[in-house]
Amino acid sequence: MVSHNTLKEETVKIAVCIKQVPDTEAEIKWDTSKGTLKRDDMRPVTNAFDEFAVEEALLTGEKYDGTVVAISMGPEKVNDTLRNALALKVSEVHRCTDDAFAGSDTYATASVLAAALKKIGDVDLVFCGKQSTDGNTGVVGAEVATILGWSPLTNVSKVRQIDVANKKIVVERAIEGGIEVIEAKLPAVVSVIKGINEPRLPNLMGIKKAAKMEIPQWNADDLGVDKGKVGAVGASTKVVEIAVPPPRGAGEILKGELEDIANIVTDRLINMKVIK
Amino acid sequence: MANDVWVYIEHKDGETTPMSFELLGIGKTLANELGSGLCAFVIGEKVDNTAKEAIQCGASKVYAVEGAIFKTFNAEAYSKAASFLLNKHKPEVALFRATSQGTDMAAASAANLGFGLCTDSIGIRVDGGKIKLTRAAFGGNYTVTVVNEKAKPQIATVRPKAFAMPEKDASRSGEVVKETFTVAEADLNTKFLEFIQSQVKINLVEADIIVAGGRGTGGTEGFNVLKELANTLGGALAASRAAVDSGWVPYEHQVGQTGKTVKPKIYIACAISGAIQHLAGMRTSDCIVAINKDPEAPIFKAATIGIVGDYKVVVPKMLEKFKSKLNK
Repeated sequence: MVSHNTLKEETVKIAVCIKQVPDTEAEIKWDTSKGTLKRDDMRPVTNAFDEFAVEEALLTGEKYDGTVVAISMGPEKVNDTLRNALALKVSEVHRCTDDAFAGSDTYATASVLAAALKKIGDVDLVFCGKQSTDGNTGVVGAEVATILGWSPLTNVSKVRQIDVANKKIVVERAIEGGIEVIEAKLPAVVSVIKGINEPRLPNLMGIKKAAKMEIPQWNADDLGVDKGKVGAVGASTKVVEIAVPPPRGAGEILKGELEDIANIVTDRLINMKVIK
Repeated sequence: MANDVWVYIEHKDGETTPMSFELLGIGKTLANELGSGLCAFVIGEKVDNTAKEAIQCGASKVYAVEGAIFKTFNAEAYSKAASFLLNKHKPEVALFRATSQGTDMAAASAANLGFGLCTDSIGIRVDGGKIKLTRAAFGGNYTVTVVNEKAKPQIATVRPKAFAMPEKDASRSGEVVKETFTVAEADLNTKFLEFIQSQVKINLVEADIIVAGGRGTGGTEGFNVLKELANTLGGALAASRAAVDSGWVPYEHQVGQTGKTVKPKIYIACAISGAIQHLAGMRTSDCIVAINKDPEAPIFKAATIGIVGDYKVVVPKMLEKFKSKLNK
């Protein structure tokens, strides 16, 4: 293995944050009395947006001769998700886990991830997915950047270039109405959108090798995280109600000749007075 | 007042749209229930016109930070200014639109101040003097309601079009409070280089009419007639994940769990089966018209009006009728 200490000036150290989420193709099961997910009853998968983040981290590592470290936060099951990353040949993974982390809100989650990124040390670039498919909050990346005082780059649709020597990055952000081009100092936290790349699949050898690897763990003490400020204790907001949204009223299926159906539907839509 | 309701007014290089002021509508309702004031806050190079319009839309007071450094949106600079205002005045709640700008600012402000954040809220009410925020989770299959247990303010982003627009009244008057705050360019990590305007004219999230196509359209050509329908109705084109993943339509048009969440008045779903991931992105549309060959397609359970048939036959017929009835 190449020693990256001696090459430090020319290389880029990359981290990628991954979240394990329940597979939303399957039915979601809640423990309604506790207000928490019955995670044990659901198939866990890597958050869809994070697959793009892992791929972008790998591509960037290949292009700029960098190493990629993947981190995740969560219980033991999360090892499967980190093993997937190992099978894709990230160099190192770490799982942040502590009973005190359970029930963390976005800020607490971002604090733990920020602490882990600091512990990894000398990180230039962090990739993460735009949002998770379970919580759907889409703010953890920007919160991590703010906590660390690093460049916040959200909704990134393309990494144009990285100037490793001068520690700069230029990215395209897909925002309302078009593409915004931003130059930022490294370190930066880049949240990527779907379609930035085409995530590769692990090969069989990679999977076999990853299956045997140890997944190192970091707890609150290892990370120097104040237990009173994370988890359910530290969360600013408390969930008071979980509900299933009311189903839409049963619609009407128009039957008859196409000519009549087309007349009825166009009349109804025109009568809504929305079409100008 | 300490329990005021604050609404952030977003703009692009000083330009606002009516939607920039939309949260003053729900803001007024909340302020009335709390017995407090409705305040807007604006950050920009020159904000007098925006402040005036915010007052016409219901704000009794506008807090403003002005400066050349704030000419173009910069997430870091704007968030620092917003954090300064929120920390100084500690309102009950601060609302941002759940757009890219609003989300970036809310996230950074919450992280700067160490506050919790409720994102993409679709319901907000006052209960026992406390703000309760409801948001969708798991792609809209569940809703979760939260209350703030810690320091004020509760910071929240609100889904565009979730609440009624405020009523504008040019005779309203209010106070504009200009606060002194600046950020040195050298202290910013990020720099704006350029903006490349999209070819797509209508913003999907703000569109009142959407025509969408799915896997059943069978390819790029199938979308031509849907585009024509969208253009005729002055609407936007959308697609399901299947159509985007097949490369028929760019990602910016995707509606659903890994795409955009939309709430138009009219959503016409063509050859879309209606997987829960797609429904998550459009189920709150006012009127859903579903056109599908398969009478068992789940989309019909969510549709206001269902038409069992081939979109290739149904859509051209609808186009013909619309064109003659609308004189187009």
